[in-house]
Amino acid sequence: MPAFLLYLVHTLFPPDTRQPTELGADFMILVTGIGIVFILTRYQKWRWLWREWLTTVDHKRIAIMYLIAAIAMLFRGGVDALMLRTNLALPNVRPIGALEYNEVFTTHGTIMIFFMAMPFIFALFNAVIPLQIGSRDVAFPRLNAMSYWLFAFGAILFNISFVIGGSPNAGWTGYPPLTEVAFNPGPGESYYFLSLLIAGIGTTITGINFLVTIIRMRAPGMTLMRMPMFVWSVLTTSALIIFAFPPLTVALALSLLDRTFGSSFFTLGHGGMPMMYVNLFWLFGHPEVYIVILPAFGIFSEVVPTFSKKRLFGYTTMVISLVSIMFLAYGTWVHHFFTMGAGPTVNAFFGLSTMLIAIPTGVKIFNWIFTMWGGRIRITVAMLYQMAFIPTFVVGGATGIMLSVVPADYQLHNSYWVVAHFHNVLIGGTVFGLLSGLYYWWPKMFGFILNERQGKVAFWLFVIGFWVTFLPQYLLGLEGMTRRMYTYPFGFGWHELNLISTLGAFIMGAGFLALVYNIVWSLRYGERDLTGDPWNGRTLEWSLPSPAPEYNFARIPVVHGVDEFWAMKESGDTLANHLRPQDVKTLELPKNTGMPFMLGLSFFVGGFGMTFLWWPIAIFGGLGVVACLLYAAFDYNDKKHLPADVIRHTERSWGRLQA
Amino acid sequence: MSTPAVSEPRQPIPVEFADEEESIKITGFWMFLVTDMIIFASLFAVYAVYRSRTALGPTPQQLFHLGPTVLETLLLLTSSFTIGIAVWAMRSNRPRLVLGWLIATMALGAGFVITEISDFVAYTSHGATWHVSGFLSGFYVLVGTHGAHVTFGIMWAITLLLQLRRRGLTPITRRKLFTFSLYWHFLDIVWIFIFTFVYLSGKIA
Ligand code: HEM
Ligand SMILES: [Cu+2]
Repeated sequence: MPAFLLYLVHTLFPPDTRQPTELGADFMILVTGIGIVFILTRYQKWRWLWREWLTTVDHKRIAIMYLIAAIAMLFRGGVDALMLRTNLALPNVRPIGALEYNEVFTTHGTIMIFFMAMPFIFALFNAVIPLQIGSRDVAFPRLNAMSYWLFAFGAILFNISFVIGGSPNAGWTGYPPLTEVAFNPGPGESYYFLSLLIAGIGTTITGINFLVTIIRMRAPGMTLMRMPMFVWSVLTTSALIIFAFPPLTVALALSLLDRTFGSSFFTLGHGGMPMMYVNLFWLFGHPEVYIVILPAFGIFSEVVPTFSKKRLFGYTTMVISLVSIMFLAYGTWVHHFFTMGAGPTVNAFFGLSTMLIAIPTGVKIFNWIFTMWGGRIRITVAMLYQMAFIPTFVVGGATGIMLSVVPADYQLHNSYWVVAHFHNVLIGGTVFGLLSGLYYWWPKMFGFILNERQGKVAFWLFVIGFWVTFLPQYLLGLEGMTRRMYTYPFGFGWHELNLISTLGAFIMGAGFLALVYNIVWSLRYGERDLTGDPWNGRTLEWSLPSPAPEYNFARIPVVHGVDEFWAMKESGDTLANHLRPQDVKTLELPKNTGMPFMLGLSFFVGGFGMTFLWWPIAIFGGLGVVACLLYAAFDYNDKKHLPADVIRHTERSWGRLQA
Repeated sequence: MSTPAVSEPRQPIPVEFADEEESIKITGFWMFLVTDMIIFASLFAVYAVYRSRTALGPTPQQLFHLGPTVLETLLLLTSSFTIGIAVWAMRSNRPRLVLGWLIATMALGAGFVITEISDFVAYTSHGATWHVSGFLSGFYVLVGTHGAHVTFGIMWAITLLLQLRRRGLTPITRRKLFTFSLYWHFLDIVWIFIFTFVYLSGKIA
């Protein structure tokens, strides 16, 4: 028995997870966990948690759960980032060693892309899309909940690696042979592959769900060319997801087979070929960067017209550029490995295809500027992020174009220049976009407005911190500092720039704290949104109360043009004035179910068992998955009725029903 | 909801599309098939790159026997035909006929899986495991993924059978049968590619 316990302790907590940072994290997790359990028990909230949240299929609640997860992961990824920057602040001063540094940059990158940016965009998809297209829910509410729980348990599986068994350490791209079991034994990389596989299934389902929602569930009269631009961006993003995630699934699955079952795909011996992984990964990876940027483009296309009090300039060209970016995104993946010997013809092709993307992107930038031109601009936090985005993204795009010049890339590849480039587009583009959308749609999601003054403080900290962090990194790249180094000696002339960069990172950290303070403060004191239309919006979601009732629309609106709600307001004809008691019908809504949660949990158990090669546990998880699927197949009781009286009552309490 | 009442269709809509909600699910299933198709496309690409990477193991020419694979082809193509008849029976509202043809489909599918497994067992018993070479890894995973899909399809058909017996032909069971038939035809198409690009061309080259 003691021998067994010893084995357990040694496997789950090997020496490298017994360092101060890990033990600190263990302690924090324990304290937070006990705190949550205590509060839930003390206030008897377990049933509430299960019935109202964990089993929900309502897109508005799923949106909130995505958002909470995204902000938690932003915190985790941010702490990782600060650890990395602290290590590089001064030459030869290294609080964490090389091995741990590898783990931290790996978890930082993976978490920020897959477990921060992705759930954040899905939070806004869920919160906004059904409302904008005048629908009662997404096409498949249960699959939507399944997507969420697969993501959530994938994220949990990834995060526990830090304290149980050891983190992955081969970078967010997980290239072989760094992940080959001969060179990298232990559970770390298995955690990486399994958690991304599980979360990736969820993401693929989300892509299918929103594509079908937008194609099939729009309100009558909303033709494709009358859709709000955010809906267009989600449509193209979903198509990108559908085509990009399967190659990732294959890349991860084959790597896992190599590690766990001894196949020879990406091994160095036995006719394996690591380059194949790199191709498959970037076949996903480049579209992925557009998966996270297109929604940001969509958000800005909503924010700019609202706060400029003008309709979007160049609607048709906006659509054309979105669609052409979608197609071009598949034709550029080789630019991530120009230096790996593809030869001049191939490199020239992919260099040119990469440069082409700048054209539709430029069109969009000009259109946003022309929308603001001559408009009556209100400087809100959402608008501020947009105004910071334009110059930031232009710089990020321009440095990307420089990278697409193949001879230049031979110099810049794997240097801090690349690090600066992708943070420039990911933070200046995606994160600014998501924060803009957060401030813009927050009232719709929660029913109150985030304090604008505090929001502006957080904004300035973020933007200043961003530039202070990443401008020096371009210079460092030019001076030859390569990415992923854990320390550097004196005398290379790198230390001032690195110190400045670290300073900037802490300014951004302060920005994050300001954001959290902003949210917590506004939770208590924030101005309630009683009209449902705090920004004088133009699209259908603002025609509903905030937050929208469970059924969204008591009566589905009929759409006549772009900016339908604006047109309604112009003609004094908002839906509210029109709803008569006899218009309200009893509705059929999807019923809550615990199946998605159990499915996610089963995947988690199976994944955990596979990570440690504990087959009984893995099989147990697999049986759980089968049981959930069987339950879903035979469950015909998935609808509930919402009586017309209840709806009338709700609508009346908002003053939206005619006497 | 986006399609207002279709104006005078020349052909009546097939029954499985008649219910709006179920027809949306069929659209969703098509999208799922797209993702599955890309999975197979990626695996085909991997196989194409790997098939000359035989290391110390056998080449495709040395490994493959065409006999069993021809049998597999016959079984699977016939099962595609029988599921087609099942859908036809569903459209002409003959539930007992649907059950019969569904069972025939499953039986043919099971024949396919058994043949494939015994084929694989024969290969591995000669030492051709996927550890040996990149080619064998690519081969087993591509063909095996297809075989796993067929196996999953048979289990799906069993649940379908139970539902059809209990509930008869309703909008929901019709949609489920129809999506199953899409899935089954899709696997047939993938198999045709496997048969030509893996087995036939491997034997010739
Ligand atoms: C005009 C637009 C863009 C161009 C021309 C461009 C070009 C490039 C090139 C050539 C590289 C490879 C550099 C190297 O490794 O040597 C690269 C890396 C990268 N880009 Fe971009 N890019 C653009 C926009 C974006 C956007 C919008 C995002 C994300 C929102 C993004 C995210 C990334 C990431 C994450 C990497 C590095 C991945 C890694 O190696 O870990 N890029 N970009
Ligand atoms: Cu790229």
